[in-house]
Amino acid sequence: MSVADRSMGLGLQALRKLASFELIDRVGLRGPTEQIVYQASKNGFRGATLAGRTFARATSAGKPTRARVSGGGDLFDLTPDDDQQMLIEVTREIATNELRPAALKADEACAAPDEILAQGTELGLALLGVPEDLGGTAAERSAVTSVLVTEQLSRGDMGLAVALLGTSAVSTALGLWGDADQQGTYLPAFTGDDVPCAALAILEPQPLFDPFALKTTARLDGEGYVLSGVKSLVPRCADAEVLLVAAQLEGHGPALFFVNSGEATGLSVEAAPAMGIRAAATETLHLEDVKVPADALLAQGDPAVYAEAIHRARLGWCAAAVGTAQAVLDLVIPYVNERVAFGEPISHRQAVAFAVSDIAIELEGMRLATYRAASLADQDKDFAYATTLARQLCVTKGMYIGNQGVQLLGGAGYIKEYPAERWYRDLRATGVMEGALLV
Amino acid sequence: MINLETPKKFRPLVEQANQVATHVLRPISRKYDTAEHERPKELDMLAKLIDGMNDGGSSGGAGAAGVGSRPSDEAVNGNGAPKNKNGSNMSTALSIMETCWGDVGLTLAIPGQGLGNSAIASVASDEQLKLYGGKWASMAITEPESGSDSASIRTTARYDEETEEYVLNGEKIYVTAGERCELVVVWASLDRSIGRAAIKSFIVERSNPGMVLDRLEHKLGIRASDTAAFRLEECRVPKEALLGNPEIDTKKGFGGVMQTFDNTRPLVAGMAVGVARACLDHTRTVLENAGVELDVNRPVNSQSAAAAKFFALEADYEAARLLTLQATWMADNRKPNSLQASLAKAKAGRTGVDVALGCIELCGVTGYDESELLEKWARDAKILDIFEGTQQIQLLIIARQLLKKTSAELK
Repeated sequence: MSVADRSMGLGLQALRKLASFELIDRVGLRGPTEQIVYQASKNGFRGATLAGRTFARATSAGKPTRARVSGGGDLFDLTPDDDQQMLIEVTREIATNELRPAALKADEACAAPDEILAQGTELGLALLGVPEDLGGTAAERSAVTSVLVTEQLSRGDMGLAVALLGTSAVSTALGLWGDADQQGTYLPAFTGDDVPCAALAILEPQPLFDPFALKTTARLDGEGYVLSGVKSLVPRCADAEVLLVAAQLEGHGPALFFVNSGEATGLSVEAAPAMGIRAAATETLHLEDVKVPADALLAQGDPAVYAEAIHRARLGWCAAAVGTAQAVLDLVIPYVNERVAFGEPISHRQAVAFAVSDIAIELEGMRLATYRAASLADQDKDFAYATTLARQLCVTKGMYIGNQGVQLLGGAGYIKEYPAERWYRDLRATGVMEGALLV
Repeated sequence: MINLETPKKFRPLVEQANQVATHVLRPISRKYDTAEHERPKELDMLAKLIDGMNDGGSSGGAGAAGVGSRPSDEAVNGNGAPKNKNGSNMSTALSIMETCWGDVGLTLAIPGQGLGNSAIASVASDEQLKLYGGKWASMAITEPESGSDSASIRTTARYDEETEEYVLNGEKIYVTAGERCELVVVWASLDRSIGRAAIKSFIVERSNPGMVLDRLEHKLGIRASDTAAFRLEECRVPKEALLGNPEIDTKKGFGGVMQTFDNTRPLVAGMAVGVARACLDHTRTVLENAGVELDVNRPVNSQSAAAAKFFALEADYEAARLLTLQATWMADNRKPNSLQASLAKAKAGRTGVDVALGCIELCGVTGYDESELLEKWARDAKILDIFEGTQQIQLLIIARQLLKKTSAELK
């Protein structure tokens, strides 16, 4: 979306008002126009219609295209295949050379730099879960591949990784469950030159949020549905042209609906910067009597598909936690070896060294449990239980590792000179987030 | 291709081991926990069955005797990379998980499946295998004044050139299966002034008159397995009884004798995984009968505290199990696995205890009293966080590897 489009959406008055905001000066953002415009949405000007393209609705009534079931094999194996190995190397390089250096500023700006987003598009991140026959890169089911990519990117920075991968959550859902019409409507855009931003909106602001007991509602209205409710911490929501929104379908249960932000009315976006993953530009989405057509419903509201989507989303967050926890380990090892106290490196003390061991133990457990659940998904086996265990580990041990990362660096862990404090903030997201990512 | 499921070819073996656990071990669990030091004669038949399983197929070992790092035919892929292998390290761990789901103490008491067998399998020459293979071998490392610090052992081995024998003198304690085994692998120093490089392991026939049984210990758990203390008094063994290289190589140091641990630690981790599984299976039934719902969809915090606790224990179990399989997989593929073996041992050791104790808390009185086996499993599990390297030793090994520290720097 160009700056001009965005400005029109927000209104010039809003922009003028915005120019006086202190925050912009404080974080040094006065300068690049797009940053200022970004702040307009950040600071809560609701009611603006989101700008976005119109998607020509396909009505082929044909069969949807699916990637092959791929996973498994008869042997236990921890070696990624050649394609996965290549992707690991590419994404690791991007994480190290691009994401990590940009992370601090992106965290402060609550936005990912355009160059990095462009790089993600160029890499085809949005195509990871799209079947090859529809112009994507997935010849086979690829939850493991998505996990590996998410892990590597998050090793660079979790917030930027979420910003980069939010779109693929929607395109992967299209690949897995979209019917022929939905695939025909949206996928040409995702596989084309001008890839739209998309977001999977599931989380809501109530405490003890349960994705199987949503407050956002969808009621039948003539041929279509009317959606109302609030969705929280939606990454890059203001940029998203396609939203996949979870709502309680009256008389049925939770289900996912496509909402085109350029066509629907009643949508508004409010900035919701959080403790962490700030580079993902998390925002609150308000839906007020938003009308969508009948074909907006994903997989005819199949409860099994909805549950699978929730578990695949949780696995995405597991992978993100594994990557960030690995970053913590990568940082603390040289730090405790170099930091001298009482005449020797602090790593010579068991209290310090054993904390490093515990990080390594729990991290590896998180990783293997996540890989296992993803691999089961690729084998078309029930992966709900394995995902529940992986999430339990990634939430609790991931936060433990984030906490230890700051603790081992002491005062240095608490200041922004080191990324430990950011990872502490980011790793708290794992236990809170539902949706947004999907592998 | 990444896959963490039990390999298809090992499923029959796992099923067999589960049958043994269900029909042979569980029914006599309480009996031999009560009758400590009584030889579980029901296991003699079992040893023959396991021998049959080992000889009968490509499925690998069912006991500790199966593991090792012997070279095997190395298959390669089209690109020249070695082909993925699932071998005896993994199959052994998988079957040990099952038999320890049945009973840890009885698993340790199965004839022919001692940890000494792993040491022999790891480092014995072909001649030694011919001499000693097929016999039940225990492991004697610990001494009254030397526990985790195994480099400080005081037992000595003197070479008698006239008779071409080694003469062992010293005291060994905590020898698992020491009374019932046929061979004892004894760690002794050729020259105490040199330190760890001079420590070698020797195979001693249990019938050797120089090895005197002192006593059997009374223990917290694993009572079906005997724990012996020996005195070595001018105990003479032929020079062929020395495992590995007889030369003292100060550069290579301790490596020879320590490398056995890379193969045996994942097995002890597997034991802890097995006993944790037993506790969780039992507790799940108890909870479900009590009307506690375990929902894999809803967030744990929206469920009962008991359900949340149960999922937390299950998650730690899952991590321990997968770390164990990873360590064995690496051994089977001849990748250095010293770090992963310790990751597995540390995680599984503490998880076995946490799970067992946590399950007792969830089950309440019937978890704590002797009407069920849960209280016994919690006693059994504790040893698994101690032998083959305590929790703290595993943390040291892991830290030294990650931080690249010597034992002098990180004590």
